Amino acid sequence: MSTVRIPPVLRPAAGHNKEVEVDGATVGEVLTDLVGRYPNLRTQLLTDEGELNRFVNVYLNDQDIRYLKELATPVEARDTVVILPAMAGGAG
Amino acid sequence: MPKSYAETLRDLRAAVREVSPLEVDLARESRPETVLIDVREDSEWEQGFLPGARHLSRGYLEQLVETEVPDRGRPIVTYCAEGIRSLFAARTLAELGYTDVASMAGGFRAWKAQGLPWQTPVSFSPEQRQRYSRHLLIPEVGQEGQQRLLDSKVLLIGAGGLGAPAALYLAAAGVGTLGIVDFDTVDLSNLQRQVIHTTDRVGQKKTESARQAINALNPEVNVVLHEEVLDASNVERLVAGYDVVLDGTDTFDTRYVLNDAAVAAGIPVVHASVFRFEGQLTVFQPDAGPCYRCLYPTPPPPELAPGCSVAGVLGVVPGIMGLLQTNETLKLLLGVGDSLAGRLLLFDALDASFTELKLRRDPACPVCSDAARDARAAGHPLPVPAVSSIAVSEPFALGATGAR
Repeated sequence: MSTVRIPPVLRPAAGHNKEVEVDGATVGEVLTDLVGRYPNLRTQLLTDEGELNRFVNVYLNDQDIRYLKELATPVEARDTVVILPAMAGGAG
Repeated sequence: MPKSYAETLRDLRAAVREVSPLEVDLARESRPETVLIDVREDSEWEQGFLPGARHLSRGYLEQLVETEVPDRGRPIVTYCAEGIRSLFAARTLAELGYTDVASMAGGFRAWKAQGLPWQTPVSFSPEQRQRYSRHLLIPEVGQEGQQRLLDSKVLLIGAGGLGAPAALYLAAAGVGTLGIVDFDTVDLSNLQRQVIHTTDRVGQKKTESARQAINALNPEVNVVLHEEVLDASNVERLVAGYDVVLDGTDTFDTRYVLNDAAVAAGIPVVHASVFRFEGQLTVFQPDAGPCYRCLYPTPPPPELAPGCSVAGVLGVVPGIMGLLQTNETLKLLLGVGDSLAGRLLLFDALDASFTELKLRRDPACPVCSDAARDARAAGHPLPVPAVSSIAVSEPFALGATGAR
């Protein structure tokens, strides 16, 4: 099992969990397992074709998977997958 | 058999390597790790010294040098007024175990005679010495660093949750010019976190309210008010001339517009954003790391990125993130430490934890890649994705917790 960190903006769609333990040998499999458990997350994370949405950044530990093997990036048990959303809040 | 002074000096000249002022000047470029130690008295130092030199008068040399130059293999050049005292100082350093020590022949007089550059110490008023005394005590700041801060210009985009603590601490630190871009007025709901404003200034312009607080704290800060909405039409003019921009805005439009202009102008942007109990922080420093578009190539749909007014925020979170931005800003201005360029820091107030993610430059970035720079230079900037252009099939609904 590896850990997925859910950003605050997505937590309501993920049972209000901050972290979720999921199965999967690649980042793609991990996200598939995640959206299987929390179907409301699917449209937030993935396109209809199953690709990552362009506005969602995913990190394996501290590395951006865009610079690894994207969704095919292998995931070991104990790895942490971080979903990173852009946040706008600052002034208001 | 006791030696005469002349004999001592002769022996010393044979034992200590001497270098000419021109060689020292070249070493400043070719061996920038070289430490120049001025061993003269305080009164001589105040008349002028070599750029970048450290002042360790001969009387305190042995006591202070270990702290100033811990690495005994580092190249050192000593100098004095005429090149005699520096010979004695060089010998002392060799005795202390420094292995690469030379004395500058002819001293400061010969340096000046060659027409080489020199500078005089910064002069502070007694009030400035007292106000900034805790900075002056830190070797990494000192008089030179404080003078840098006094000569610096920082632009704050927004005098809100992030900008409020940043403006106060930048003013306290003595940053000479603070520009503030904000078009809003102070609202009672701002005061839970925007500590630069006050209850009796509710209804006033935020820029004017911020100026009052800044100048009450430090009257010598020049506050420049830009009472306008930052957008593509004015961004170039607004950021021009500033050393660092501190981004404390609330919308993606502003963040992208600011990013593109700052990259083009070569100005670093210290970026932070907050959401409820969490914050993100990084430095977008042209050439040293990625830009905002490398990190977030396209903005999320508005439903996925609500601002504080919709989602709420624990007041202290923008306070913490704004001060971390201030820390990065001061480091950039002083040229000390490792900036967060290329690293994104995530802060979680509930866990009291920080997570660091590595950021990379996108080789295909439409704004900061080499191709984008070339295109800009040729007058045909590459197209960038429009903000709010993405439709979501199923709008994201914020949960009940804290949304109201």
